[in-house]
Amino acid sequence: MAYPMAAAVLERELVLYRRLWQASLLGSFVMPVLFLLSIGVGVGAYVGTVEGVSYLAWIVPGVLASTAFQIGVGESTYPVLGDFKWVRAYHAMRATQVMPSDMVLGRQAYLVFRALIAVTVFLVVAALFGGVQSWWAPAALPVAALLTVAVAAPVTAFAASIENDSYFALLFRFFMIPATLFSGVFFPLQQLPEVLRWLGYASPLWHAVELCRAATLGLPTEWPIAVHVAYLLLCAGVGLALAVWRFWVRLGD
Amino acid sequence: MVTASIAANIAARVEPSRVAAVVARNVGALRSGPAYWVVLVSGFFEPLLYLLSIGVGVGALVGDLTVDGQTMSYAQFVAPAMLAVSAMSGALAETTYNFFFKLKYMKTFEAVLATPVRPMEVAVGELLWSVVRGGLYTVIFLGIMVAFGLATPLGALAALPAAMLVGLSFGALGMAVSTLMRGWQDFDLLTTGQFALFLFSGTFSPVQNYPAGVEILIQLTPLYHAVELVRGLAIGVIGPGLLVNVAYLLAMVAASLWFASRRLERLLLE
Amino acid sequence: MADEPLIYARGLVKRFSRKGAEPFTAVDGIDLDVAAGEAFGFLGPNGAGKSSTMRMIGCVSRPTEGELRILGMDPIRDGARIRSRLGVCPQLDNLDPDLTVRENLTTYARYFGLSREVGRRRAAELLEFVQLADRAEGKVDPLSGGMKRRLTIARALVNEPDLVLLDEPTTGLDPQARHLVWERLYQLKQRGATLVLTTHYMDEAEQLCDRLVVMDGGRIVAEGSPRSLIGQYATAEVVELRFADEVDYSAKLEGIGRLDPLPDRLLLYADDGDGAVSEVHRRGLSPSSVLVRRSTLEDVFLHLTGRTLVD
Repeated sequence: MAYPMAAAVLERELVLYRRLWQASLLGSFVMPVLFLLSIGVGVGAYVGTVEGVSYLAWIVPGVLASTAFQIGVGESTYPVLGDFKWVRAYHAMRATQVMPSDMVLGRQAYLVFRALIAVTVFLVVAALFGGVQSWWAPAALPVAALLTVAVAAPVTAFAASIENDSYFALLFRFFMIPATLFSGVFFPLQQLPEVLRWLGYASPLWHAVELCRAATLGLPTEWPIAVHVAYLLLCAGVGLALAVWRFWVRLGD
Repeated sequence: MVTASIAANIAARVEPSRVAAVVARNVGALRSGPAYWVVLVSGFFEPLLYLLSIGVGVGALVGDLTVDGQTMSYAQFVAPAMLAVSAMSGALAETTYNFFFKLKYMKTFEAVLATPVRPMEVAVGELLWSVVRGGLYTVIFLGIMVAFGLATPLGALAALPAAMLVGLSFGALGMAVSTLMRGWQDFDLLTTGQFALFLFSGTFSPVQNYPAGVEILIQLTPLYHAVELVRGLAIGVIGPGLLVNVAYLLAMVAASLWFASRRLERLLLE
Repeated sequence: MADEPLIYARGLVKRFSRKGAEPFTAVDGIDLDVAAGEAFGFLGPNGAGKSSTMRMIGCVSRPTEGELRILGMDPIRDGARIRSRLGVCPQLDNLDPDLTVRENLTTYARYFGLSREVGRRRAAELLEFVQLADRAEGKVDPLSGGMKRRLTIARALVNEPDLVLLDEPTTGLDPQARHLVWERLYQLKQRGATLVLTTHYMDEAEQLCDRLVVMDGGRIVAEGSPRSLIGQYATAEVVELRFADEVDYSAKLEGIGRLDPLPDRLLLYADDGDGAVSEVHRRGLSPSSVLVRRSTLEDVFLHLTGRTLVD
């Protein structure tokens, strides 16, 4: 019963995406490549090698993971609040047999789809630049999918809990951007002072970056792979539970 | 010469007290809620975080850098660029999003124009406000640079007016662009454009490294001149090249203002 | 099962408790029985508890107290199963603005687990039914308020529901658009659909409802068919009298019929309106205007609560 209803929610998102996909091209495909050129190629010329690989190749998995991260966070803010507040799409679904859990799962499935397309395109472009050095590279795709849910689910819970969209500006500035900058995307976390390093350890992005780096470069991960995966699963699981709970509350009385 | 005559033309059409009234409206709006304050203040964190992450974090990987015969740490190289970016994005945020919102939805300007205030005065007032806001970011950021040893106090003092000019020129540009916006979807393009400038204007690595064609292309864009100017003054590499940067930015102010006021007149007074 | 009413409620209560405020009782112990094929209405002013009752019937809001069974099932345990057989037209339109008119129906059909094929077929039929076939491929936003409401009604029918819930179906529409919506609802009724609607328009209740309850302050204050309610609580005709001066003429009108003094006029209830008017003149009174009309549910409501429906 639960499965097909979540699929109906996913279907709605896909029908909408068919109409809006051009608008997502810049953010999802062009920006990551620009980032790679500016930092990877431009700054990379001064860096030389990190952990025995070129700087470009070193940041590819980082930019890859942060692409999924940004889709996960960004697409769980205004669109989710909007479907509660302005479109009232979730209220429309609530009047049918679609359950809050279906709404959350359907949305997450859509975001995974979005992230996987963006990340796959990026991986191919990065490979053309010589930024991929291991046959394990495709393993970065499921990691990106998991990361997407690990951040999208808690942010969805947040979006379902607020009334005013100006909280999102704070989320972007105090969570998303710091997380992108201090999660081992551009430089190893070990360079940070001990205290700041813990911010990275707490960020799901860092765990995903470690896993992606292992995938595209064959480098060892900081912690055992199982620990990184477990942390992402934990974020995803807790986030999903929170999101479903907040949907129930908001669609209740 | 052209710049001067346009400036004179603009000055002739502007009454300072009415401009002040437009600025005062913005200051008044500040008190209307905490959200605007928070967004205003937090806008300054972004370049600071980039400075810490790229300048200090990546800087440790890069080591020292030699540009134009001058050797400096990577953080010293990146910091002035972040200052210019901060001035740019502060001013743009005010004159694009907020300006567009007021123009299209709040009808603030229509209300203002029902009074003796003229479109050009609205434009100049809005612009001055964006410069005030940008200046706020600039002062804080320069303080941080001095504290981190990334600029001498003298260099910081010299960079302050330069950064203000950057804010002024991007504020004017943003306003001109806003009058062309059809809807929110156009802002995605603007954001991407802004992001591309941010990445390639000699911010993170010297433009001399880019292929020749790309380098010339970058030298035509505004943030490049802003970064060059602020960096030159902050690290004390003074040369005639800086005059070119200043002229570029001044011309941008004049051209944008002229364009914006014409568009505003057409949009609001038809 | 066959004899069981589609909606069965006894002592139904909905109470909202907010932090730092007194709990607010929106629905205060009501009993309902709605049988298959009926067109049943909740009539009452804003805040009477109609929408809260509708939300409980729609299984999206838990009753605080009392017994409620919808289609013979328990809304708490079988909410999804019940909702799969309901069609809901909410008070606030919640159509998808980025989808086309047709896609709004086909997408919604999928929420009921209908196949794409069935969804497409029903969408086509329903767009004909609500006279929007020529707008099928267009966006929702440019539609007028009445068109949007008709589309929302079409959407509520996409699963061929056993019970259709309409919350204020014509509120906010202009008179012409209202009549178009009424026409469609009347046709639905003719086809044997079970309709439950809320309204604060007495003409809407009179036109569409076989049976209705009058709600006020969370309680049911009267129940019956529109005609029987009028017969019970009002007379066949009502005389509306206006006087040029502000003198209270109540005493002089004593004995002709029941009187309801309103701020701007006097209502005089009489089975024979013209007779009552002659009596008024015979007593030497000369009102500035006299109107004799059939009595309506408005008069019933006024009699029951001392207030008018639409303020």
